[in-house]
Amino acid sequence: MNAPRKLRIATVSLAGCFGCHMSLLDIDEQVFALLERVEFDRSPLTDIKHCGPCDIGLVEGGVCNSENVHVLREFRAECKTLVALGACAVNGGLPAQRNHIDVGRCLSAVFQSRPGMDTAEVPDDPELPLPLDKVHPIHEVVRVDYFLPGCPPSGEAIWQFLSDLLAGRTPRVASPLLHFD
Amino acid sequence: MSRPTFLLDGQPVAFDDGQMILDAARAAGRYIPHLCWHPDFPPHGSCKLCVVKVAGRHVSACATPARAGAEVESDTPEINAERRTLLQLLFVEGNHFCPACEKSGNCQLQAMAYDLEMTTPRFRHFYPDRPVDASHPEVLLDFNRCIYCELCVRASREQDGKSVFALTGRGIHKHLVVNAESGRLADTDFSAADKAADICPVGVILKKRVGFAVPIGERTYDRAPLHELAMPKTEGKG
Repeated sequence: MNAPRKLRIATVSLAGCFGCHMSLLDIDEQVFALLERVEFDRSPLTDIKHCGPCDIGLVEGGVCNSENVHVLREFRAECKTLVALGACAVNGGLPAQRNHIDVGRCLSAVFQSRPGMDTAEVPDDPELPLPLDKVHPIHEVVRVDYFLPGCPPSGEAIWQFLSDLLAGRTPRVASPLLHFD
Repeated sequence: MSRPTFLLDGQPVAFDDGQMILDAARAAGRYIPHLCWHPDFPPHGSCKLCVVKVAGRHVSACATPARAGAEVESDTPEINAERRTLLQLLFVEGNHFCPACEKSGNCQLQAMAYDLEMTTPRFRHFYPDRPVDASHPEVLLDFNRCIYCELCVRASREQDGKSVFALTGRGIHKHLVVNAESGRLADTDFSAADKAADICPVGVILKKRVGFAVPIGERTYDRAPLHELAMPKTEGKG
């Protein structure tokens, strides 16, 4: 009758490759244990478009455009505990490799001066979010409670982390589960 | 005649007169973290990862002589938190993207971060623009990862007798340069057989065509942690 309330989890991939989400699925049969304890709010797994009040937010990927900023702020506003999941959320990762290139020159090199383009214009559809001048890790935009590095963090590391969090312990992912690669 | 001792985290460590705290601790099988220190060279004292507290004062264990009866704090939550902050500063100052780095798994900076459970670089990243030097046929230089430990400078000067590398600039403008008029490694007498080619603790000096000979996950610090491998009995195997 009085089963404990299921915790609500939201997940999102900003400037990421969904590899961390794939790794989340790599917890294999533990996903059943997880679903006994949690329900998913906004996530690629549910296709819910906006995040409601949640206990845990898992953010994959860094912040590369204006839409990422809005989504990340929504997550921070709605999630009690916000987690940077994976290398890109932690330090910008692969997308941040563009940070030493001027974004205007980069767009023009790709869309204007590359041979074989039908129309040599930088796309400017109003639906396209504007790129930021640099890709930022999420802690440079909002306060982040916990960080789980790795490219991606292993399913084992994610499960260890979530088990700690769900049990009310301070999550601790140490060697040998702690990896940056 | 018994040797004098000091206390390292409450445990006695014997030392010889003039021996540094770090050397004495290692000889006694006690690990103190370090990045710029190397057994083949005099102490450099620049990375400060070996910071310890002696009588309430912070000192570099690699460059501070042991004194009889001194109480040295090293493996404490306070000191390790300070070491973690130093690591975080090193990480944001350069471009340390482990998933894209050939040195990942063999990197002492990364392994130190694992040891000290650093999960975030915490500070604002500099994202500096430091072009790589791929001019040399055998060796690639990726300056993005330099931590200014000066080990390559010292090895090239003192052991190879070539002085291929130098640090130039001061403070935040300090950077590693190559001793050639063109600034290119190809225009020096540097060779992949040099001592300096194997001494970089991070991923600046990389031999070409062997980057992924050992796959990620099976590398030095994937198999055992830095605090074990850095100790004398396994020295050189890493």
